[in-house]
Amino acid sequence: MSVLVYIENRDGQFKKNQLELMSYAKKISEATNQELVTLSIGNVKEEEWARLSAHGATRVLNGENLPNQIDNEVFAQALFAAIELVQPKYLILSDNNTGKALAPRVSVKYRAGIVSGILGLPISYEPFVGKKRAYSGKAFAHVKVNSDLKVLTLSPNSFEIKESSGNVQLEAFEPALPTPKTKVVQADKQMGKLLLSEADIVVSGGRGMKSADNWGPLEELAEVMGAATACSRPVSDEGWRPHHEHVGQTGKIIGPTLYIALGISGAIQHLAGVSSSKVIVAINKDPEAPIFTAADYGIVGDVQKLIPQLIDAYKELKQ
Amino acid sequence: MKILVCISNVPDTTTRIKLSGDKKSVETNGVQWIINPWDELALTRAMELSEQNAGSIQAISVVSVGDASVEPTLRKALAVGANEAIRVNLVPADSYSVAVQLAEVVKQENPDLVLLGIESSDFNSSGVGAMLAELLGFASVSSVSSLELSSSGLTIKREVEGGTEQLECPLPAILSVQKGIALEPRIPAMRGIMMARSKPLKVVEPVAVEPLSEWIELELPEAKSACKMIPEDNAKELIRLLHEEAKVI
Repeated sequence: MSVLVYIENRDGQFKKNQLELMSYAKKISEATNQELVTLSIGNVKEEEWARLSAHGATRVLNGENLPNQIDNEVFAQALFAAIELVQPKYLILSDNNTGKALAPRVSVKYRAGIVSGILGLPISYEPFVGKKRAYSGKAFAHVKVNSDLKVLTLSPNSFEIKESSGNVQLEAFEPALPTPKTKVVQADKQMGKLLLSEADIVVSGGRGMKSADNWGPLEELAEVMGAATACSRPVSDEGWRPHHEHVGQTGKIIGPTLYIALGISGAIQHLAGVSSSKVIVAINKDPEAPIFTAADYGIVGDVQKLIPQLIDAYKELKQ
Repeated sequence: MKILVCISNVPDTTTRIKLSGDKKSVETNGVQWIINPWDELALTRAMELSEQNAGSIQAISVVSVGDASVEPTLRKALAVGANEAIRVNLVPADSYSVAVQLAEVVKQENPDLVLLGIESSDFNSSGVGAMLAELLGFASVSSVSSLELSSSGLTIKREVEGGTEQLECPLPAILSVQKGIALEPRIPAMRGIMMARSKPLKVVEPVAVEPLSEWIELELPEAKSACKMIPEDNAKELIRLLHEEAKVI
C-alpha cells in the first residue's frame, strides 16, 4: 500500500513543476495514510536529492542507470516494475508529454482509472472524485474513478509547492527492460529555455505584433520577467513562431499565475486555452477586443510602444 | 499499406458550452459537430502521404465510436478523401471504453499504421492512443509533430519535455499526432461530398467493456469580474498593480 510518484529530471535537475508534483504526492500520501515512494529515472545531480528531500521525498527508487528518454513502451515496463514492487493505490505523474504517454498504459495493464490533468487535490477520496478541465478549458468535469489503483496526472500550477521535512533514502532500481521497437536517431534539446508548461509567467503575442520581426522586444520582456513565450493560433499558422508556442483550444492549454496577452484579440478558442490563468493582462489597440472580457487588467494601446515601457517599469520595480 | 485514422466527433471549436439540466452533459441543441481538430490533422497527413507516395498507400479508413449521430462527421472524413468508414455502435463512457473498441477494429481491419489526434477537444484526456498501443503491443510514438514514410517504416519527429526527438519506427505502428503534423485541414469539395455518399460506412456492434471512470458532474468556469483599465501612457501603473494588488510579480 503506497503512493507512487514519478519525478522527472531534466538534464539531471528537478524543475519547479516536479517540486509541485512532489509536494502534491506527499499531501496525497498523508491524506490517505500510505507510504510515499518516489521513482526517478536517469542520472540526477547529487545536490538535487536534498531539494527533493525538502519537499517530502523519503524512499526513492533510483533508476540512475536507465536512460532518461526512452521508448514509451519500454518506459512503461520500468513503471510496471515499480508498481509490482510497491503495490501503490495511487500512481501520480505530471500531465506533460511523459505523463500523457505513460498513464494510459498503466491504465490498460492494471485496469486502473485515470484522472488526466487533475486540478489540485481531489473533491473526495472515498469514492475518489477529481476535477479536470473539459471542452478544452470551457468547462470542468468531476471524474469518479472506480478502480483500486488510481492514476493521476497533475495539471501544472494547480497545487502550491510546500516544503516539508523528508529524508531521502536512495534504493537502486534496475528492472530488466526489453529492447525498444523505436530508435532515436537524433535528439535536440532547448537548453536553458523556460518551458511553457513550467512557467509561472507567460508572455504571449498575437496578430497585433504585426510581423515575425517584431518579437525581439517581447522576448526581452519575457527574459527580464523570467517568463516563457507563447503565441496565438494565427501567429503559429503564419509561421512567425513555432507550433509548440501556440496556446489555445487546439494548442496548449495553460494555467500560469500571470498571462500577458500582447496584441491578441481573444477568440473563444484562445480564451479557452488560457482562462484558468490566475491573472490575465491584455494589451490591445481595439477597446472592443474580446480579450478584455477575460482579462483582469487591460490597456488599450499600441503593443510596440508599450512593451519597452513595461520592460523599463519592471526593471525599475525590481531595483 | 493501409492507414486507419481514429476520429472523435466533437462540438465545433467556436461553441459556447452550456450544461444540460442535470449537469452531467452539455446542451447539444444548436451545436455544430466536427472532426476533432487533432484527428483532422491526422487525416490530412494521411491524405498528404498517400499523394506524395503514389501507389504505396492502398486505403485510408476512418473509424469512430459513437451512436448514429457521429455519421455526418464520418461522411465528412469520406468527403475529404478517406476510402471507407467504420462506426462502432457505442456511446463511450471513458477513454478506456473507446480504446477497447478501437483495438477490436484494428484486429479486424489489420491496418499497418493507426493515426489519431493527441487528445479530443471535449474530454481532453489524451488517453486513447497510448491505451490502444498497450492493448495491441504495436510500436507507438506519442506527441508526433512530423511523419514521413521510410524504407524501413516511418521517420518521426516527436516532442518530449524540453526538446524534440527524431525516431525510426517500424510498422505496424500507432501514432498520436499534434500540431505541426500537417498544414491546414482540407475542406471537402462538392465532388468529394457527392462521392462520399456512395463510399462504404460500416456499422459494427461493440464488444463488452467495463468503464474505469465516469464523469459524474460538469461545471462552468466562474464569471470574471470586470477588467481594470489602465491609461495607455501608464505601463508603470500596470506593473505596480501586478506587484501590489494582484501580487503576481
